[in-house]
Amino acid sequence: MTSLAETAPGADTDARKTSPLVRLVSVAVVTLAVLYSAFLLYVSSQALFGAVLLALAVGIAIVFGLNRFYAFRFIFPGVAAVVMFILFPVVYTVYLGFTNYSSFNLLTYERSVEVLMSRHMPDLGSEVRFAVAADGDMYRIWLPESGLLSGPIALAADAPAENAAMSAAAEPANLLAPRDALALRAPLQKLTVVLPDGTILQNSGLRTFAVVAREYERIAENQLRRISDGAVLTADHDRGFFVTSDGETVPPGWRVFIGTTNFERIFNSSGIRDPMLSIFVWTFAFATLTVVFTFALGLALASVLQWPHLSFKPVYRILLILPYAVPAFISILVFRGLFNQNFGEINLILEMLFGARPQWFSDGNLAKVMIIIVNTWLGYPYMMLLAMGFLQAVPEDHKKAAALEGAGMLRVFFTITLPQILPPFLPLLIASFAFNFNNVVLILLLTRGLPDIPGTIIPAGQTDIVASFTYRIAFSDSAQQFGLAGAITLLIFIVVGVISYANFVTMRRAAEKRGAPQ
Amino acid sequence: MIVEHPRELRLKKLLAHGFLIVFVALIMFPFLMVVSISFREGNFTIGDLLPERPTLEHWYLAFGIPFERADGNVIQPPYPVLIWMLNSVKIGLISAFGVLVLATISAYAFSRIRFKGREGLLDAMFIIQMFPSTLALVAIFAIFDSLGEATPILGIDSHVALVLVYLSWVTLHIWTLKGYFDSIDSALDKAAAIDGATPWQTFRFIFLPLAVPMMAVVFVLTFIAVVNDFPIASVLLRSEDQMTLAVGSRLYLNEMRYLWGDFAAAAILSGLPITVVFLIAQRYLVSGLSEGGVKG
Repeated sequence: MTSLAETAPGADTDARKTSPLVRLVSVAVVTLAVLYSAFLLYVSSQALFGAVLLALAVGIAIVFGLNRFYAFRFIFPGVAAVVMFILFPVVYTVYLGFTNYSSFNLLTYERSVEVLMSRHMPDLGSEVRFAVAADGDMYRIWLPESGLLSGPIALAADAPAENAAMSAAAEPANLLAPRDALALRAPLQKLTVVLPDGTILQNSGLRTFAVVAREYERIAENQLRRISDGAVLTADHDRGFFVTSDGETVPPGWRVFIGTTNFERIFNSSGIRDPMLSIFVWTFAFATLTVVFTFALGLALASVLQWPHLSFKPVYRILLILPYAVPAFISILVFRGLFNQNFGEINLILEMLFGARPQWFSDGNLAKVMIIIVNTWLGYPYMMLLAMGFLQAVPEDHKKAAALEGAGMLRVFFTITLPQILPPFLPLLIASFAFNFNNVVLILLLTRGLPDIPGTIIPAGQTDIVASFTYRIAFSDSAQQFGLAGAITLLIFIVVGVISYANFVTMRRAAEKRGAPQ
Repeated sequence: MIVEHPRELRLKKLLAHGFLIVFVALIMFPFLMVVSISFREGNFTIGDLLPERPTLEHWYLAFGIPFERADGNVIQPPYPVLIWMLNSVKIGLISAFGVLVLATISAYAFSRIRFKGREGLLDAMFIIQMFPSTLALVAIFAIFDSLGEATPILGIDSHVALVLVYLSWVTLHIWTLKGYFDSIDSALDKAAAIDGATPWQTFRFIFLPLAVPMMAVVFVLTFIAVVNDFPIASVLLRSEDQMTLAVGSRLYLNEMRYLWGDFAAAAILSGLPITVVFLIAQRYLVSGLSEGGVKG
C-alpha cells in the first residue's frame, strides 16, 4: 500500500500543516484509551471483545499516526463502525450457531466455576438461636443456648461486613423484639460471629446462626467435590456442564463449541424442521406478495396522479403518502387494535354490514391475509413515490406515437411505459423484497407470530417469518436458545447473501445502461 | 397529450376522482378511527364509531397528568409516554448526527480520493448494507451483555450501546452521499488543490457547504429510521424508563392489560411530530429514497 494519495497531491506535506505534535498527542491519547478498555475487557475474561478493541486501537494508531495512510483517515471511522457493529456481529452470530449458548449455558467456564464455588449451605446440625440486644447506638448478638454475648457492633445498612467475637456473659436486659430484629436482616446477613473455640457462624435463617460451609470444593483443575454427599463433579467440556458420576448435570452450565449439533437439530428433528419449512415458505410468499401488491398499487396510483388533466394533485399526493409519513410502529399497533376480534372497530363494521366476525388473530390464514393487507397499506406510498419519479423519465413522444397508432391507455401502459420503468425499478424491488424478508417489526408488533403451529418443540407461529422466528427463539421468555437462533440466522444469511448479490448485479446493469460511473 | 373527446374526458376525470376519493377514504379510515378512539370513554367501549360522551381522559394520561373521573375515581397515567418521547428524540438526534458525520466524510473519500482497495471496499459496503443489524441481534445482545459486565455504560439498558449499533447504519448513506459528490464538477477540487488545499480543506470548505441539502436528507432519514426501530431497541432496552417509543408503545396492547383508548391518545401525541417533519421534508426525501433506501 504505497501509492495511496494519487489525486491528493501534497497530502504528505500539507497534512502536517496542523501542528504534528498536537495530532500525534491526540492520536496517542485516543489509542491509549481504547487500549485500556481492551485491557479491561481482557481482565474481565472477555478476551474476544478485547481483541476487537485491540485491533481498533492498532488501526487508529496506524491510520492517524502515519502520513502514508492519509486517505484512509476519511473512511476509517465509517468502516470501523460497519466492521464492529455489522460485520463482527454477523460473524459472531455464525460462531454462536456452533455453540450451545442459551439460558442454560449462559456463562463462561470461569464464571460457572465461580458461581458454584460461591454457593454456601448452612450446616443444620450446628444451628443456634440468636437475639439482638440494643446497646446505645450499637447492638450486641446474644446466643441464649450457649450464653454468649458479642461486643458492640454497628449493624448499619451500608457498613462493610463485620466480625463479632463472642464471650460468656449474662443475658442482656434490652433484647429487641423479633420484629425490630428483622429490620436489621440485611446487615446481619453480612455478619460473621466467632465463638470462643474459633468456630465461625453466619446468619442462616430469620432466628438462627449456623456454621455455613461451601457447597463445593475444588479438588482438581476440572473437578469439584460436593461436600454434602461427597459426589465428584467433572467438567464436561463437550456439553458445557459439570456432571456427577451417575450422569446428573449441575447448573449453571457454560458456553462450549458443539459443532454442527444445532444444524443437525434443525434438519433432523421433525419438531423443528417441519415448522421451519412452512415458515420459510410463508416468508417467501409474504415478501413476494408484498412487493407485487405494493408495486402494482403504487404504480397504478402514480399513473393516475401523473395524468395531466387531473386537478387537486398536491392534495391527493399528501393524503396518499400519509401512511408512509406516520411511524410504522404506530400504524402497525393501530391496526392491531382495529383488527381486534372482540373490541376492534373493523369487526364492528363487518358485523354491522355482513354479520361476520372474522377471527383475525386465531385463524392462521386470516392472520396472513391481515398481515398482507396491513403491509400493503404501509408499503404502497414508497412505491408510488418511486414510480412518480421513474414515470417522468418516460418520453411523452413514445406514448403519443403509440396513441396515434390507435393503442388504448392500457395498451400504451403495458407496451411503452412498463418496459421502460421496469429495469431501473428492479434493484429497488429486490431491495424491497430483502427488506420485507426480514420485516420483523411488522410481525412482532402485529401478531407476534401467533397463532402457534401445533406440535412443535420450539415456539413457532403460523405467521412467523424466519427472522421473527429466530427472534422468538432467542428472546422469548421461555428457554432463550441463542445458539439455535444463531444457526437459523446463518441460513437466513445465505438467503440474504444471494438476494443482495442479485441486487448488486442488477444495480450494476442499471447503472451501466444509464452510463453513470459507479 | 392527444386531443380527446370532451365528454369522454369528463367521464375519465370523474372516474379518476371517484377512484382516488374512495381510495383515500379507505386509507384514512385508521387515522380517523384513532382520533375518535382517543376521545372515547374508557378502554373497552364497544358499539359506537363516534364518541357519544367525548372525554379528555386519555389525553390527560398521555401527557402524564392523573385524570379525575366524574365519579371521583382518579386514574394514574399507565406509562411514562413523555419520557419515552424524550428518549426517542435524544437517541434519534445523536445517532442521526453520528451517522451523518461518518457517512459524509467517508463518502467524500470514496468519491474524490483514489486509494488502493477503494472499488472493493465500495462493493463490500453495498453487500453488507443488505444485512440489516436486526439479523445479528443474538450477537449484538451477547456483545453488550458481556460488555456490561466490564462497564455498565456499554451494557444492556444503556442508550450509548444503542447509539453505537445505530452508527453502523452508515453504509447506505455513504452510497447516497457518494452519488451526490460524484455529480459535483471535479474542476472545483482541482482548483482547490492547485491553490494548495489539503483534501481535508477541500472537503471542509468546498464540498461540505455544497452538500448541505443532501446531508439534511440523510439526517432526517436516519432520524426516522432510528425512531422507528423496534427489534434492536427491544433487545437492548429493558427497564420502562429507558425505553424508546417504539418499544414502550407495545406495552399498551397487551392481552392482559388492553389500553386501547390510552394507546390512541399516546399514539397521536408521539406520532404527530414525526409525521409533520416527514411531510415537510418529503419533497427532498424522495431524491434520497430513489438511491435505494427502504424505510421501515
